[in-house]
Amino acid sequence: MARSTHEMLESPDFKRLVRGKWTIAIVLTIVLFIVYYGFILLIAADKPFLAQKIGEYTTLGIPIGVGVIVAAWVLTFIYVVWANRVHDVEVSRLVEEMKK
Amino acid sequence: MQAAQTAAQTVIGQRNNSAIIFFFLIVAITLYITYWAAKRTRSTKEFYAAGRTVSAFQNGLALSGDYMSAASFLGIAGMVAMKGYDGMIYATGWLVGWPALMFLIAGPLRNLGKYTFADVVAFRLKQTPVRIAAAIGGILTVLLYTIAQMVGAGSLIKLMFGIDYVWAELIVGAVMLLYVLFGGMIATTWVQIVKAALLLGGVTVLTLMVLAQFSWSPGDLYQAVSAKLGQKALEPGGLVTGKIDAISLGLALMFGLLGLPHILMRFYTVPDAKAARTSVLYATGFIGYFYIIIPIVGFGASVLVGRELIKTVDPGGNMAAPLLAEVLGGTPFLGFIAAVAFATILAVVAGLTLAGASALSHDIYVNVVKKGVATEQEQVRVAKMATVVFGIVAVLLGVLFKGQNVAFMVGLAFAVACSANFPALLMSIVWKRFTTAGAVSSILTGAFLSVLLIVISPTVWVDVLHKKEALFPIKNPAIVSMTAAFVIGILVSLMAREPSAEAKFEDEKLRTYLAVGAE
Repeated sequence: MARSTHEMLESPDFKRLVRGKWTIAIVLTIVLFIVYYGFILLIAADKPFLAQKIGEYTTLGIPIGVGVIVAAWVLTFIYVVWANRVHDVEVSRLVEEMKK
Repeated sequence: MQAAQTAAQTVIGQRNNSAIIFFFLIVAITLYITYWAAKRTRSTKEFYAAGRTVSAFQNGLALSGDYMSAASFLGIAGMVAMKGYDGMIYATGWLVGWPALMFLIAGPLRNLGKYTFADVVAFRLKQTPVRIAAAIGGILTVLLYTIAQMVGAGSLIKLMFGIDYVWAELIVGAVMLLYVLFGGMIATTWVQIVKAALLLGGVTVLTLMVLAQFSWSPGDLYQAVSAKLGQKALEPGGLVTGKIDAISLGLALMFGLLGLPHILMRFYTVPDAKAARTSVLYATGFIGYFYIIIPIVGFGASVLVGRELIKTVDPGGNMAAPLLAEVLGGTPFLGFIAAVAFATILAVVAGLTLAGASALSHDIYVNVVKKGVATEQEQVRVAKMATVVFGIVAVLLGVLFKGQNVAFMVGLAFAVACSANFPALLMSIVWKRFTTAGAVSSILTGAFLSVLLIVISPTVWVDVLHKKEALFPIKNPAIVSMTAAFVIGILVSLMAREPSAEAKFEDEKLRTYLAVGAE
């Protein structure tokens, strides 16, 4: 083993990996909070805003509601692409390093 | 008079041959799957985790199957039909937990655990107290969720198939037990996949049939809604009023998902963390699609069926989607949708039973009573016994709570899940100083506080017990009980260090982030 468990945990590479993971996770969680609780608080605070018509009968609230669902999926998608393309590559590199 | 009027317009409540044929067809297919799965279910890994061979796409469908209960399908369609836009607000709330699940716990949960979320919480803490506490939180969540499903199942089946309530409970209990007992997680996974495909397909057809009536334009549908029910139906109404209430409900819906044992358990059926993440992306896509189209079904029902008829058949509005199917596709299509609703309930109850049984057998029996030492044969035998126990309890609870308004029980299940299970799970993953005493006190605080607060909240104190004024003003307690679970967990952990737990944190970290030693 090139690096022991302790050495690995103390290595800058590993620390960067963990910090990167939680930075992405927390930023995306905050965006999710803003989107969802923003929507809920908008309903609680300003119903007329959502009730205004954007088509002949369609209210603004309808596309915004759909938008919250789509945004939730897009955030999930961003995380998965990052985790599979960036994070996992770094994980396997570090695991290989431990095996050497 | 009312009954005669209904009978003239719908066959719901009478024996419906096409429903029975579709129902038997679905049961036959799923039992064949069970027979096939039974031959592949010998070890504990196969029984609890389908041998960790489920693909990301399959698990994505199965997660959707586990999550989209009859409450999602019939409940949200009914809410949109009866209350209009407010039903849509509910639909968004049910989805936003999935990204949070992905960001905060999906990877570590998969890397650290074996069969249950308690494996993760107990990873470096003292097994006995933590397993017992986690099993209390887990089983309480599963039981509350099961009651809601079983009571809903009994009334629905009674209404749609014209059979007695108790018989309906027994049929659900017996078929579901066959799946879990003989086919374990392999059969349960495939039952979820079949159910998810049927539900997504059925609702898609229903949506297309509605849109066909309105020259394929949602705008025309909204015009008809506005003409028949007034523009109010397309505007936010009384569902979300108080800000604290709204945030608290939102917290319960979002973080409750991160503490639902039957959902968390599915993460152990895939080979690794990457497959776990990808399966969440699929699930979020399927469930999001479902919640985007289900309001069209609801609005369609309010125009094409009418609120009066929906209310006459079921005051809660739950029959909006089946009634719409009858109007658009006649009795055979009603039969198909009824059978899909039945399959939905069966599959969810099967998933819940497997989660409940794993808490009893894997967490309590194997890890507490036998201190982790038990042969494969013994573990599988105990898991099957626990399954039978749980199945009987589910049927008994269904009969016991007959006729009760159980809508609050789903809310309560989410409140307990986000207060008892989620804080301890998250802290055990990220915080080195987290201790056994901290975990146990956090779980117990979350569990008992959320139950207590919901009993004295308007949901139970006023609506169920008919007292004048609630002792606790917020309908969903999550904002208080989840916060308390975090605060207590942190304070108790800070009071006394646990060197053995801190020493094991290095191994845990290596496994959390690099999957070294993950099963």
